[in-house]
Amino acid sequence: MQKYSIFNLVKNAFSNHQNWDLAWKDPTPKEEYDVVIIGGGGHGLATAYYLAKEHNITKVAIIEKGWIGGGNVGRNTTIIRSNYMHDENGLFSEFGMDLWRKMSQDLNYNVMFSPRGIINLAHSDAQMNAYARRGNSMRLNGIDAVLLNREQVKEIIPMADFSDNVRFPIFGGLMQPSAGTARHDAVAWGYARQADSMGVDIIQNCEVIGFDVSAGKINGIRTSRGNIKAKKVGLCVAGSTNILAEKLNMTLPIETHLLQACVSEPIKPVLDNVVTFGAGHFYVSQSDKGEMVMGGDLDGYNSYAQRGNLPTLQHVLTEGIAMMPFLSKLKMLRTWGGIMDMSMDGSPIIDKTHIEGLYLNCGWCYGGFKATPASGWTFAHTIAQDRVHELNAGYSLNRFSTGHLIDEKGLGTKTWIS
Amino acid sequence: MLYINCPHCGMRSQNEFSYGGDASVKRPELNKEVSDQEWDNFVYNRKSLRGKHLELWQHISGCRQWIKVERDTATHEIFKTFKADEEVA
Repeated sequence: MQKYSIFNLVKNAFSNHQNWDLAWKDPTPKEEYDVVIIGGGGHGLATAYYLAKEHNITKVAIIEKGWIGGGNVGRNTTIIRSNYMHDENGLFSEFGMDLWRKMSQDLNYNVMFSPRGIINLAHSDAQMNAYARRGNSMRLNGIDAVLLNREQVKEIIPMADFSDNVRFPIFGGLMQPSAGTARHDAVAWGYARQADSMGVDIIQNCEVIGFDVSAGKINGIRTSRGNIKAKKVGLCVAGSTNILAEKLNMTLPIETHLLQACVSEPIKPVLDNVVTFGAGHFYVSQSDKGEMVMGGDLDGYNSYAQRGNLPTLQHVLTEGIAMMPFLSKLKMLRTWGGIMDMSMDGSPIIDKTHIEGLYLNCGWCYGGFKATPASGWTFAHTIAQDRVHELNAGYSLNRFSTGHLIDEKGLGTKTWIS
Repeated sequence: MLYINCPHCGMRSQNEFSYGGDASVKRPELNKEVSDQEWDNFVYNRKSLRGKHLELWQHISGCRQWIKVERDTATHEIFKTFKADEEVA
């Protein structure tokens, strides 16, 4: 594989950049693989990469219905954080933060990781107390957290509404300075390029139409491009999880919902951090191009449409304007939607299943993008060793029946309760 | 914008409604032995169908009645609405 470097950039400039190698190949499916990963999104690509890199398993195929990076890894708001209170989420995400910090070097691909800090705003004394508690829990798990008072918040984001007569006055906030953003497409492409170079077959435009299961063991998959034998199969398909689960006669604690995001027209640099509204569900950051990147709640009903409705967008942006009034002066450039695998407790599932050789990675809710490296790493471990790693031991499928829920926010599919 | 035909009030915009999830889920019978698996299926496990989906909505800013709506989860097309106690064929 050609290394991306300043020297190669100069060298290729002499041939007008016509002679770069393809970043990944377009192979036809082989008859058999050791591991088949279904889903060529961030998590699937990362899983294949760590299978090859950490476990030396390279007879791997990624089966993608559309094109790689065309789902949620290309549709998110690029936020990376580990500001969780519960140990399972905190330790898992902080492990991921380490991978994020090394990712550009590791993948030889600039993912533009920008640790600009995230601020969760508080709008009451009770919320300040809750943030102090969460911040302390984070620090006990080795995650950086700073509790800011109103004046400190005002210094960082003076454009927020600090006037006296607002419905939700800003009391302060909880900041994780090491959190940030990254270039989402680059994450998919970087993992794809490295996985491909280590021998992983990335097979696009190939839809899984069935599974070959006998005597409680997986033997392979049936696809639109023929049958593929596989010793192990990993499901990494986010919003399409229920569709594939149905083919396996499995019913999961997951519903597929619609989540929207939007960007404004580009403006001059105004916001250095990621900021979230504490009296509702709204978050904003500014992209390198200058657009304000915004998102919030689910549309609230089961959907596979990848296309949202205006009432939710209006609701979300109303919160945004309550927090930062200047946003009302901006024109909306684009809105889009993606379909989320919403688990019932708001936390993900990375586990084995009752079918031998079939592994499940789903339930990422609002937080799939930032989990990409840690999810891929732990899922690769779970598949390669046929046992969960301690980092994803809490993300078990049976926690719903045993009562070991990880209800970080008490928010799953049921947004109408919040 | 979704428009939902409330069987009590007529056609209204989605802003007046609140979503209540899969309407095909049945609570286990009272006064009967209920297995953990049955509770699990009732409380957590969902089919989340792609395509025709029977679901509960509440006309929260209207008559406040719960209703059943048959809707396509891929296109958002609404086929039919029912009263909560109406049997759906």
